[in-house]
Amino acid sequence: MHVPDGFLDAPTSIATGVVAAGGVAFALRKARTELDDRTAPMAGLVAAFIFAGQMINFPVGAGTSGHLLGGALAAVLVGPWTGALCISVVLLVQALFMADGGITALGTNIVLMGLVGCFSGYLVFRLVAAALPKRLTSIAPAAAVGALLSVPIAATVFTLLFAVGGTAPVNTGDVLVAMLGWHVVIGIGEAVVTGLVVASVVAVRPDLVHGARTLVPAAELEIRTARPTTRPTTSPTTSPTSTGGAA
Amino acid sequence: MRTRTLVITGLLVAFLIAGVGSFYASSHPDGLEYVAGKTGFLDSAEDSPASDSPFANYETAGVDDERLGGGLAGVVGVLVTLLLAGGLAFAVRRRTPAEAER
Repeated sequence: MHVPDGFLDAPTSIATGVVAAGGVAFALRKARTELDDRTAPMAGLVAAFIFAGQMINFPVGAGTSGHLLGGALAAVLVGPWTGALCISVVLLVQALFMADGGITALGTNIVLMGLVGCFSGYLVFRLVAAALPKRLTSIAPAAAVGALLSVPIAATVFTLLFAVGGTAPVNTGDVLVAMLGWHVVIGIGEAVVTGLVVASVVAVRPDLVHGARTLVPAAELEIRTARPTTRPTTSPTTSPTSTGGAA
Repeated sequence: MRTRTLVITGLLVAFLIAGVGSFYASSHPDGLEYVAGKTGFLDSAEDSPASDSPFANYETAGVDDERLGGGLAGVVGVLVTLLLAGGLAFAVRRRTPAEAER
């Protein structure tokens, strides 16, 4: 869904640029609540993985393809603010180095895939997760539904921007119908990838999944002794080495 | 699984997808490009000022082999993204352990 330069006029591109800059600046402040020494490496991994995932276009029929947007995936794994930053970095690298998505359209792309993608996906994820049983197995399906809906939502927002600032005289209704139709199908691919990746991480390290953090009891500091504290039940007082439980 | 193992495994998967898997991706236009073509606004697209970047369009300047050039561009992209996003995350993170986590 990378918007190239030229689709939207200058005022619209400037407006989305301002919204994107404000959103990223705000996200930089809010991401602090999501990131610590434990989760910061995950943010790098998530961004790198989404860059790679976006290279895989899957056919969706009639000579069309789609690829992962990754907003819902990033939001569930590292939190919506950090997720929006991750997607923004991906879009920046793509625009500057790969000429994928325009330069004046970078703000538009950050708004569509970073802000709208992350937050719509995360909102739907939270709603679905609240309706499902409070178990770790609910996280991946909820993330998949968030991913499924985030793609047509972003496509709709693009169409709104196009209605306001599209440079070509094209009927907005036609664009909306076509965009929604194809992006519902692309959303299914998004849901499958998001569900599988979230399920994989939940399976090995649920404590690193932002969306599952209320389901994982915080690891409390515990004092461990050097040897097992099982004591013989026969003579509790005679053993000189018994320090069991005293630590 | 240790965090380090998870991150390294994930990165290996990302490098494999971008470096090798991307060659097998569909070359059809994506949803937006297709819709733009069908409804008639594709021609309003302009070339990006970055289109003379050495990795423009996920190819590598000077590497004619499509598989190699595309894979190189993918690996470079993953690496740059990792460094930028990881660096950013470490720069803005909380420095104390996660005690305030909700």
